[in-house]
Parts: sequence; structure tokens; C-alpha cells
Amino acid sequence: MTDIVTAIVWLAGSAFALLAAVGVLRMPDVFTRMQASTKASTLGLACLLIGAALQMGDLASFIRVASIGAFVLLTTPVSGLVIARASYFAGVPLWEGTIVDERRDVPADTQNAEPGEEGGTRSRANAPS
Amino acid sequence: MLDVISQATLATLGVALLVAFIRIVKGPTLPDRIVAMDLFGVLVVGLIVVLAGSSRVRATLDAAMVIALVGFLGTVAYATYVERGDPQ
Repeated sequence: MTDIVTAIVWLAGSAFALLAAVGVLRMPDVFTRMQASTKASTLGLACLLIGAALQMGDLASFIRVASIGAFVLLTTPVSGLVIARASYFAGVPLWEGTIVDERRDVPADTQNAEPGEEGGTRSRANAPS
Repeated sequence: MLDVISQATLATLGVALLVAFIRIVKGPTLPDRIVAMDLFGVLVVGLIVVLAGSSRVRATLDAAMVIALVGFLGTVAYATYVERGDPQ
């Protein structure tokens, strides 16, 4: 029974990981690639971790597996946000089919009211590269 | 039966690593390569976790944890570099 559940979960997890990689290869844009990579790979790794915890079957390794899962669940959205933010302010071009870019549509006077260091790089982000 | 399943899982993860590597080679900008490297780290963690589950060696899970931590720190460092410098 444990082996059957492990088999199902491992095959599902590797399929999700492969889907994440295919999404990274096929998507047209840095931001859509980041979307595919973070979401699908988190789900795939969670499935693989469940299977490994079922196979090991003792408390110590379950604690390790759970801590790996909690760490990945906490850090993958953060790294995706950091990559997306850095590439947007570095002026990486968006896909030409992009419909909404809310950062660009902010009026000019509210841009200056925002805190922080992105005031200098905004002009570079909108400049043609 | 579980041997075959774990071999198939490892093979699928290897194909996923290969596909992510194609994006690292092709990627037109530096953030594309950073996204692919991030995915690479998560896939390697999954590979090690499957190896640990199929061989039942508990110390392998510690290696997976360390690789997850180092991968996250590397991604954040690369993103900081992109935000300060120029892409390409």
C-alpha cells in the first residue's frame, strides 16, 4: 500500500517537475517563465517529498523532509519575487502580448512618492534597450 | 516494483534537468538564465530526495536541505547583481 502511494506520488511529482522545465523552455517572457518555474516546481517537489517520507517511515527523516518542504515553500515565492522585480527594473523587455503593466501605468507624481531606490532605475526600465 | 518507479522518476527528472539546461544555454538575457538556474536547484533537490527515499539512507536528506538553502541564497545574490548592474 505504501509502495503504491509512493509510486503514484513520485510519478506525479516528476511529471510536474518536467512540466515546470517545459514551461521554462516554452514561455515567451522572463516573467511567465518565472511563473511556470516557481509554481510547478514547488508542487512537484512537494509530491516527491511526500513519497520519500512514506518510504523512509521514521520520525527523524519525516522531520527532515518536513523541514525541507517548509523551507522550499517559504523561499520559492521570495526568490521568484526577487527575480521578477530585478529583471523588471533592469529593463528586460516584456512579451509583446502583455496586456497589463501596472508599474508603467502609475502616474508620474505618485512614482516620486514611493520609497526607495527604484527612482533611479525607472528611467532605464522604460528606455528602449 | 518500486525500483522501476524510482528509475522512471529519476529519468523524468533528468529530462527536466536537460530541458532547463537548454534554457540556460539559449536564454536571451541574464534573468532567463537565473530563472533556469533556480529551477535547476529545485530539480536537483527533488532528485536527491528520490534517491534518499529509494535507498533509505537518512543522511542524504541533509544534503538535499543544504542544496535547497544554497540555491536560494545564490538566486537572491544573482537577483541583487541584476538589479544593481546591467543585464546581458
